[in-house]
Amino acid sequence: MMAIFEYAPAPESRDVVDIKPSYGLFINGEFTDGSGPSFKTVNPATEEPLAEIASATSDDVDRAVQAARKAFGVWSALPGAERAKYLFRIARIIQERARELAVLESLDNGKPIRESRDVDLPLVAAHFFYYAGWADKLEYAGFGRRTTNGQGGTKPLGVAGQVIPWNFPLLMLAWKIAPALACGNTVVLKPAETTPLTALLFAEICRQADLPPGVVNIVTGAGDTGAAVVAHPDVNKVAFTGSTEVGRIIARTVAGTDKKLTLELGGKAANIVFEDAAIDQAVEGIVNGIFFNQGHVCCAGSRLLVQESIQDELLAALKRRMGTLRVGDPLDKNTDVGAINSAAQLAKIRELSEIGESEGAERWSPACELPDKGFWFPPTVFTGVAQSHTIARDEIFGPVLSVLTFRTPAEAVEKANNTPYGLSAGIWTEKGSRILWMADKLRAGVVWANTFNKFDPASPFGGYKESGYGREGGLLGLEAYLDV
Amino acid sequence: MSRLSVRKTYKLYIGGAFPRSESGRSYPVTSPKGEFLANASRASRKDARDAVVAARKAFPGWSGATPYNRGQILYRVAEMLEGRRAQFAEELAQSGQGGKKAALEAVDATVDRLVWYAGWSDKIASVHGAANPVAGPYFNLSSPEPTGVVAIVAPADPLLGLVSVVAPVIVTGNTCVVVASEPSPLAAITLAEVLATSDLPGGVVNVLTGRQAELAPWLAAHMDVNGLDLTGVADADLALQCEQAAAENLKRVLRPVQEDWTADPGIGRMTRFLETKTVWHPVGI
Repeated sequence: MMAIFEYAPAPESRDVVDIKPSYGLFINGEFTDGSGPSFKTVNPATEEPLAEIASATSDDVDRAVQAARKAFGVWSALPGAERAKYLFRIARIIQERARELAVLESLDNGKPIRESRDVDLPLVAAHFFYYAGWADKLEYAGFGRRTTNGQGGTKPLGVAGQVIPWNFPLLMLAWKIAPALACGNTVVLKPAETTPLTALLFAEICRQADLPPGVVNIVTGAGDTGAAVVAHPDVNKVAFTGSTEVGRIIARTVAGTDKKLTLELGGKAANIVFEDAAIDQAVEGIVNGIFFNQGHVCCAGSRLLVQESIQDELLAALKRRMGTLRVGDPLDKNTDVGAINSAAQLAKIRELSEIGESEGAERWSPACELPDKGFWFPPTVFTGVAQSHTIARDEIFGPVLSVLTFRTPAEAVEKANNTPYGLSAGIWTEKGSRILWMADKLRAGVVWANTFNKFDPASPFGGYKESGYGREGGLLGLEAYLDV
Repeated sequence: MSRLSVRKTYKLYIGGAFPRSESGRSYPVTSPKGEFLANASRASRKDARDAVVAARKAFPGWSGATPYNRGQILYRVAEMLEGRRAQFAEELAQSGQGGKKAALEAVDATVDRLVWYAGWSDKIASVHGAANPVAGPYFNLSSPEPTGVVAIVAPADPLLGLVSVVAPVIVTGNTCVVVASEPSPLAAITLAEVLATSDLPGGVVNVLTGRQAELAPWLAAHMDVNGLDLTGVADADLALQCEQAAAENLKRVLRPVQEDWTADPGIGRMTRFLETKTVWHPVGI
């Protein structure tokens, strides 16, 4: 037996961040008190409270929208080149303060520092860089003749109300704010209740960048605050990333108004492995697909569809690989899987996993020691899953993989598409024509072939069916923020 | 002795066939002066559901057809309509859509609109898709794809308005169920005769006539409908009710709009019912 080398702890220092005891709302360029009862944000890895956060009532939201409305006149009238320079400036400050932001993100969210440092932050800066460049090139985006009324093409919508989730707090902020500002809109953004800290640090970055007051407003709070943002009559555009359940409520709320709406909602992606796939690469892709960010990913490859002929070989390799995943301290640079974001999410993952067992699927996790404090769930795989099982249909949003099998490509397509969702899908095969055939048949907005969970500001992201509508990223991402 | 004319029975158009409403109901259609023109079928909830089933059944074939083929078929529809200009002009004039000259102009504009949209079938992907320059060794391509089954509430303009909402939906590969103008449904059924003889597969366009307020809410709430075009809904309360019902399965909704059907349509009506699929693949040796 080969000796196993233990990893020594490699903790990232948290000295780089300076968390204040309490935070207010960021309205019109100033931090102000919220009128609602404040709440605590905690480190999910330790349950230690990090800071006291203000809660915005509908009156506070109204103040923020008024500030954004006032700033809209100034911001939308700026030459695109000037707006671009502000966004480039923000992108640079994000790069300069990347380490601080990464540590803060891992503290507040529970994700491994390796991911916040190497995935989230580089993508955040890249997103601002990408859309900065569009601000003075909107005439070239080609939207000019797309309208039903034959006009417009480069006109912003006005005030954008944006509500974002807790799984990629700063990255989702970047996806929302960068294109909105590039197109000349102003924003009122509500970060998730459990992960407000990087958005509040972003507010400070806006001040360092001398962004005109009111162009970006950050209102913290729970669901009520988000509902007030969405329902505010002077908001022209609503953008939401989160659950399909809340997406439906938002779609109903904006019905009958002139508000433009984009929704990026849940998913239950199939990751399809054919018998001719490069198995080691596929295993890495499966692991990345479901255990990246603790599976708190709307496009996670949560259903593994494996061709029957290789299921034993593939599952053995997958379990072997899962045994090497390091679960624990998010600030340790060797950690692969961090903490579940909240007690509520942990309860949901546990409940669905118990349902998986009770409905007859076989549960397996590698032996792994979980910390005593904090919210933890081991990487888990269910085999013998049928399409009718709850864990094959419902989004778990945790490190839980459901394995189904198929015999023919047609059966794989049938099973992959057998879901109300349609956000993403994965294909693993060495045969090019089969990749293209499958990609054509899969009803999903993003198809990763021989890779998974890749993101880029130049690449549009968004779903079919009940995974929502509209795209974020790329040229098409501009459409959501222009009057076209 | 003058000959007694043979009148046409105006029925529904579902799955390529012309059934009467299963409900057995009809309603009289009159000219603006009140002269009786015909009894149109008054479609029911069951007819609407049958139409959705037909549209869903037609979707894989139609969305899977080559864009060139879809373009040819839409052009064929224009050819068939051109051949029946006089009939349509007379029907429009009878139902009070201006005089003979205006009616003929409307028919010509409709033919031209079909030709315009036919040409988009194999161009929309070039205009609305992209090769994305991502920062890494990946091939990355975004292409538009049809949303699925679209329910359309057609505007009052019985021919040009109707074709201006149906053509952009189907040219990209969607299939549809269209509720014809309630007061002027006859041209829609005659158009269905044109569609039925243009190699358009049955079920790609399904035409219902009847009460808008009765049919639209069922279609808006139908869980196998992916998109909802409310262009023809003039009643704000009905539009609100439909948009709220559409939220249940997150249908893509086009809200009611007043449009000048003679103006350049732009591509907004096509893109509203398109999804974008982005495919990634690593580059390597």
